[in-house]
Amino acid sequence: MTQLILFNVANGLIIGAFYALMAIGLSLIMSLSDVINFAHGGFLAVGAYLAFTLTPYVGFWGGLLLAPVLTAIIGLIVEKFLISRVYGRDPLYSLLLTFGLAFMFEDGTRWIWGAQSLPYEVPSWLMQPLSQQYFFLTGYRLFMIALVAIAVGGLFYVMSKTRLGLRIRAGTLDLETVSVLGVNVRVLRNLNFGIGIYLAGLAGVLAAGQLGLEPTIGASVIMPSFVAIIIGGLGSLTGTLLGGLLIGVASGLTGVFLPPASEAVIYVMMALVLLVRPQGLLGEEGRF
Amino acid sequence: MQAFVKQNALNIVIWALLLTMPFLMNAVGGYTQLGTQVVVLGLAAMALNFLLGHTGVLSFGHAAYFGLGAYGVGLTIRYFEQSTLLGLLAGVVLGAVAAAVIGPLIVRRRGVYFAMVTIAFGQVFYFIAVRWNKVTGGDDGLTNWARHDINLGFTKITLVNEPIHFYYFALFFFAVAVAIMAAILRSPFGRVLLAIRENERRTRFLGINVNFHIWASWLISCTFMALAGALFALQNNFVDPHSLYWTQSGIFVIMCVLGGMRSFWGPLVGAAIYVVLQDYLSSVVSDYWQFFVGLVFVAVVLFFPRGFMGALRRRTAE
Repeated sequence: MTQLILFNVANGLIIGAFYALMAIGLSLIMSLSDVINFAHGGFLAVGAYLAFTLTPYVGFWGGLLLAPVLTAIIGLIVEKFLISRVYGRDPLYSLLLTFGLAFMFEDGTRWIWGAQSLPYEVPSWLMQPLSQQYFFLTGYRLFMIALVAIAVGGLFYVMSKTRLGLRIRAGTLDLETVSVLGVNVRVLRNLNFGIGIYLAGLAGVLAAGQLGLEPTIGASVIMPSFVAIIIGGLGSLTGTLLGGLLIGVASGLTGVFLPPASEAVIYVMMALVLLVRPQGLLGEEGRF
Repeated sequence: MQAFVKQNALNIVIWALLLTMPFLMNAVGGYTQLGTQVVVLGLAAMALNFLLGHTGVLSFGHAAYFGLGAYGVGLTIRYFEQSTLLGLLAGVVLGAVAAAVIGPLIVRRRGVYFAMVTIAFGQVFYFIAVRWNKVTGGDDGLTNWARHDINLGFTKITLVNEPIHFYYFALFFFAVAVAIMAAILRSPFGRVLLAIRENERRTRFLGINVNFHIWASWLISCTFMALAGALFALQNNFVDPHSLYWTQSGIFVIMCVLGGMRSFWGPLVGAAIYVVLQDYLSSVVSDYWQFFVGLVFVAVVLFFPRGFMGALRRRTAE
């Protein structure tokens, strides 16, 4: 029983890490541009499928490196030519735009790569279990956790120590003032979007190795990512990270005791948080 | 008389079209069920627009209440009572109760954050519908039930295998719901909702409890949404869990925008355009029609943001 619980907690942490990567990107874009990027899951799928396509040419490591970057470039283009055109209009339009893009991405990946699930090869030495008793602790899983930690750590560094991060943080508080002070807000929003999409692409590559490749891969993680943001508190990246891990573990544990409720439980948690602490665990009151 | 006709020209045209729809549809090569779909989804879009267009609150989770209405009627007829009207009532009550309970949790949120919370909450019902296999039929949907004829004592309304009768049955409820919504919007209460849309802060300074009004508007909107969902289920004699899924919520919103959110009849027009377009697309590009639906979303946002009625009004104003 202990082992079963440990197994599900480990699983939950890994799924939670995906949610957190997705949610942090979504939250960045939402704070600075006031856009809910419904297409975020679509970008995750693009990252995953690009890695699949690239791996035969550049190997696993090359795919891991290149696919998120290419995804981010697609993100920059989409932002520049489509999403930036609805800034400043009723937020409804940006939601509908990314909603439409989400439809197009999902069917687009189905169109290009087919509806059946595809195998994604991870180096076999990474897939070895590290111990006989805890068979579920494969190297790949630890590697994934480490990589997510590096990505999130890097992001936090960029946000707190670099000029770009400073400008993004200032922009989320008062974009107009930042603009008046001579920062090119268009470029800032574009780069910020690119960072968010890079994280989605990275989550996609990692998910491909863990969950397998299917066109619906993106649609299944986008809603839990919203929940992670709401639970953690919008505007707080630490909170979002915490929210993602929390719902991953909660979902995994519920899977032990009441499997059919493993998806619904995170929404119940969200309701409780909204009831007790409407701004989210680490969010500030009054921002939304 | 002339002045009356002039003032109500749009209403007269719309009702004339609605009353003759089954015959018009058959004349242009459509079928009666397509007309019923326009009326039912039109009611859903108009119910959503009560909140979206007239109160100015961004809800992206309305499919949940549409679906709850559908499951309410399906479960009632299958497990409890072979009565169409009782099922319809159960569906509406189920949707309304869920909306009333969830409402207080979300009315303090605004803008995109409101949209995100509503759409996330909607997913609870989707997972319940998909996972509670024994009762709801899970992913395959709720089957093995059907609408029944209604016996009013003095006369009997036959609905089974009578698409045209069912069309007028649905139109009756559509008319009642639309009349109630129009009356509410014309009342002082409705004026407050419009005031919230135009300037929320100012409305609050006038001493009006904005959150309560948004909650009430949300409840009214979701209740009629549930009615539309129940009618939709009765039309198909089937409930699909995807009618609860978050993508369906976006489709209701696009109907509102496509037709024109600032016009009372706009969402109905949007629903009509959407239903015809979907019927056409799914026959031409059956496998990837969702891609083209997405393309329609993008095109509407970029090139057609005022919708059909908005463009029409602009043209007549010039």
